[in-house]
Amino acid sequence: MSSGQGGIDVEVESKRPEEAPQGKAHPNTCPGCGSHYRDDELVSTLRVCPQCGHHFRVRARDRIEQLADPGTFVEEDAELRSSDPLAFFDLRPYTERLAEAEVSTGLGDAMVCGAARIEQEECRLAVMDFAFMGGSMGSVVGEKFTRACESAVAANTTLISVSASGGARMQEGILALMQLPKTVCAIEELHESGGALLSVLTHPTTGGVLASYASLGDVVVAEPGALMSFAGPRVVSQTTREKLPDDFGLAESNYRFGHLDAIVARSELRSTLGRLLRLFRKT
Amino acid sequence: MPSDAEIRLRERLSKLGGMKLLRGTKLTGELDRLQDQLERLQAEPTAEDIWRSVELARHQDRPYTLDYVVRIFEDFFELHGDRGRADDPAIVTGIGKLGGRTVVLVGHQTGRDLKERTKRNFGMAYPEGYRKAMRAMALADRHGFPLVTMVNTPGAYPGVAAEQHGQGGAIARCQATMARLSVPTVACIIGEGGSGGAVAIAVADRVLMQENAIYSVISPEGCAAILWRDAAEARKAAAAFKPDAAHCLELGVIDAIVAEPEAGAHTDPDAAAKLLELGMAEALEEIEGLDSGERRRQRRAKYRLMGVLTSA
Repeated sequence: MSSGQGGIDVEVESKRPEEAPQGKAHPNTCPGCGSHYRDDELVSTLRVCPQCGHHFRVRARDRIEQLADPGTFVEEDAELRSSDPLAFFDLRPYTERLAEAEVSTGLGDAMVCGAARIEQEECRLAVMDFAFMGGSMGSVVGEKFTRACESAVAANTTLISVSASGGARMQEGILALMQLPKTVCAIEELHESGGALLSVLTHPTTGGVLASYASLGDVVVAEPGALMSFAGPRVVSQTTREKLPDDFGLAESNYRFGHLDAIVARSELRSTLGRLLRLFRKT
Repeated sequence: MPSDAEIRLRERLSKLGGMKLLRGTKLTGELDRLQDQLERLQAEPTAEDIWRSVELARHQDRPYTLDYVVRIFEDFFELHGDRGRADDPAIVTGIGKLGGRTVVLVGHQTGRDLKERTKRNFGMAYPEGYRKAMRAMALADRHGFPLVTMVNTPGAYPGVAAEQHGQGGAIARCQATMARLSVPTVACIIGEGGSGGAVAIAVADRVLMQENAIYSVISPEGCAAILWRDAAEARKAAAAFKPDAAHCLELGVIDAIVAEPEAGAHTDPDAAAKLLELGMAEALEEIEGLDSGERRRQRRAKYRLMGVLTSA
């Protein structure tokens, strides 16, 4: 640089590591193998990559469509909304984040509940949507799950829960934490009245949801490759500086350690739930 | 309009007013302190008040579960091990006498010096700890002993082995166990009530909280790191999610606040223990007379109402 004009450029050419692609990958590009799909292709494969078997995330309404007999789903408690009890404000007000999530997802909160039939078997569904604020559990998710338990008791049917959650919703502070015991108590009531809970864990089910209702199913199954850990991998590696195993917190690891009854591929989920509903039917 | 919290504090104040002696110790000053507390409650806690609670809740000299156990319980016998694979020193369990009756105790425990802190994993339990707690709870239920828990943990331990041993499921099942118990249950947050690791042993008929304890869904640092992308903004995070006792009472998360000595529990552990004992005894007396089915129904009904929401 100091040699001025006419000097020899002595900069050494070196091979740089390939830069990571800018921005987020397209949602239809498989993070497992890089294959790219049209929307209709993914819909027809239940959003599973035909090349490598990667399970893409499924929105709550799409999940219900995949599982329920056509036209049988009747939504319940869709009108519930959070009311920002703490007047929470971080970089933006919580109310603004809620409104934005509602507009972008078309949902009132991170869970959709209702009555449905799967393979002709009557049931109740409580399905989470990760797209709504990371599937976080606040007062509305807790209330909806509780009402779903009560609805299952009233109808004398089994409740199926499909979870996808980053954990408790920080913006609701301690009240978000209270949704853990609230949902746990609701399951106790369900169980005492003879009802069953089938819990399906999908990627990711972490934190407060794993530490409450998602773990308390009479049967607990997970989709392949789903992360299911109380603390996320980043928190664990930062807090403990432990080297994480490659399959840390994944369904496969949890199955090996005895925390799951089965890992069920998405193509088998509907028939598996149908079979379990028949097995738990009391009449 | 006085809030519920205020009414409850006033009731407590009048009760204490009529109670001159407690095990031969005069409760001098306690009335004044409760009066102070009442005044503070009427004035919304400021961001500084909240941060002061965070600091006091984590004060290195703050009494831990075993500090209270030696002062409150008679004939205490510690129970070790989850009967499965380990004894987690981050949670202590045992049986002892409280006010003449046998009770079962479950509480988080941290150490005083580095060696003991390391041994106790800084009060962060593994699933084995929660399984030990469940074992003690089952014992309480079997024999009709009331259950008393003391909560003081930054959170359940976030480690590889803890996950492999089923941390999430253990916390869920511990809560379910508490929701099922037919014996009277009282929990008290005596320091840091950190997230799932805290609520795992705090699903009770009466949940008390010491004046300077905190109870929260995430640590102030954790919340700041996620929402502010900077752990140094912990003060702001704490002010935003309000983990202090007055706010917890106001939100209906706890049932009563237990007063502490003027400058915090660490300045006078004996006095703090007396106040805690009084609070626990009072809470137990409130629920001991109830039919066990009715008590459990009320417990669940209380949690059924947790949360604030609206209709679109």
